[in-house]
Amino acid sequence: MTEKKYDLVIIGGGAAGMAAADTAAEKGLKTALIEREDRLGGILNQCIHNGFGLQFFKEELTGPEYAHRFLERITKHHEVETFLGTTVMDVEIGDTKVVYGYSHKLGVIKIQTPAIILAMGSRERNRGNIGIPGSRPAGVFTAGLVQRLVNIEGYKPGESAVIIGSGDIGLIMARRLTWIGLKVKAVIEIQPYPSGLTRNIVQCLNDFDIPLYLSHVVSRIYGSDRVDGVDVTPIEEGKLNTEKTFKIECDTILLSVGLIPENELSRKFGVAINPETGGAIVDAHLMTSVEGVFSCGNVLHIHDLVDYVTEEAISAANFAFQYLDKGFESEYTLTPGNIQTHIHPKTVVKAGIFETEPSTNVKYVIPNKYNPTRENRFFMRSLIVKNNAKLVIKAGDTIIKDKRLLHVQPSEMISVTLKPKDFKNYPGGLEKLADEKLEFLIL
Amino acid sequence: MKHKQLICISCPIGCHLEVEYEEKLSDSGQIIHVKGNRCPKGEVYGREEVLSPKRTVTATALIHSKLQARIPVKTTAPILKELIFPLLKEIYQLNLKPPIKIGETLIKNYKNTGIDVVSTMEIFE
Repeated sequence: MTEKKYDLVIIGGGAAGMAAADTAAEKGLKTALIEREDRLGGILNQCIHNGFGLQFFKEELTGPEYAHRFLERITKHHEVETFLGTTVMDVEIGDTKVVYGYSHKLGVIKIQTPAIILAMGSRERNRGNIGIPGSRPAGVFTAGLVQRLVNIEGYKPGESAVIIGSGDIGLIMARRLTWIGLKVKAVIEIQPYPSGLTRNIVQCLNDFDIPLYLSHVVSRIYGSDRVDGVDVTPIEEGKLNTEKTFKIECDTILLSVGLIPENELSRKFGVAINPETGGAIVDAHLMTSVEGVFSCGNVLHIHDLVDYVTEEAISAANFAFQYLDKGFESEYTLTPGNIQTHIHPKTVVKAGIFETEPSTNVKYVIPNKYNPTRENRFFMRSLIVKNNAKLVIKAGDTIIKDKRLLHVQPSEMISVTLKPKDFKNYPGGLEKLADEKLEFLIL
Repeated sequence: MKHKQLICISCPIGCHLEVEYEEKLSDSGQIIHVKGNRCPKGEVYGREEVLSPKRTVTATALIHSKLQARIPVKTTAPILKELIFPLLKEIYQLNLKPPIKIGETLIKNYKNTGIDVVSTMEIFE
């Protein structure tokens, strides 16, 4: 058994893990970066398309190029030790934290650390999760798996495809498959609006005249050894109208029906999970219900832009440093002992704890707590599609901020920053503010 | 005056553009007005999409490596839509051996467009 000690252990070496490691090293923290694949980069290595880095680097990069930027930074930091091909199996919480990992090179690794950043990313929802009726032939894949098979392994998955779900991964793969010679027959979306970024509808579907069927589902899969077709049924007035079912012949089906934050390990050692996001409940320091354990990236909530993942990971590393350095001293900040383990996000908590609450038309807000004495960055998603909407942030009857949003849709994450000056004129001051939840509304 | 409604794809915001244009060249050149863009890229996109639509191509090429079967590549600038499939055909003819550096040119000045195809990943073995 290999035994080591670090200031910080980062679990996951993808976009979030790499950015957190870079920042932690800059702050002088002796950091272990643990990654189960044989290289860093995570999902970025297979995302060969561009659109990454426009916000963070002000350049348009492909996934591998974005990963390369961080790989270069990490290689320069002697404070970061990278453990590749290593899977974290267990975390023990006690006076200190112990992380147990298995690696084919080193065998069992036991790492003692006072702080952990969870950056494990997410996994794909599959056919079993959504229960599509029909036979079970070969040729039914999740979109991310096909992306790996095509871009890394060099396979052509079939000749003709139907894509279920208009999420970004499905749209990107519609274009990719067309460019490697498949006929993509249709994209089927259950909601009345597309899930992915609008730019992807244009450059991945419209460019190739691939039809997008909104408010439709794949109601049956046909084929014995291999897929040979699907039934597609429209949803009318909330119900399947089976009389209008039509069939599309194809030999390949891609499922792009959502990502699930990978928190199996987190749940195992007692991290409280937010049922709205599938990720940890976090306070104003991105700290989970387990003291000294932070969370960022897709394992916290599913992002659309890697630039926001990077930003969130940098914040998490900065908060981890603060925690190790001086602790979180202000009386207005949350102490983790106040959170119960199976908390429902709408539970009323003790006064004096500054809590955020997703309200009208907002699905969730991260983080779940805020600190009015410093700058706070919030990420949220809308439940509605609307042009010329308004984001209203209020506490009690007082509006803290309102912001005009030209266009909102559930698939496009919204971010907003609040500064101490936004709370300066709150009637009754911070003591009164502590009694109210900070509500986020989209009108 | 013709009108076209487009969604800009230059960045993930996806501004809704309205492009007014004359199909025939006038004495002062091509008249095109773009509205709805939040940044200068949108103006460029609006004009080009109407006159000569272009796209950046990202794809993979064959590489004989222990690590993976394909190496990701991209065009250094957007190319005319009608050149995309011929370019892909040429990319699929490439037969590469490591080491390949990130940014290394694999196809130079494709069909005299001034556009190259470069590697987007370093593969050393």
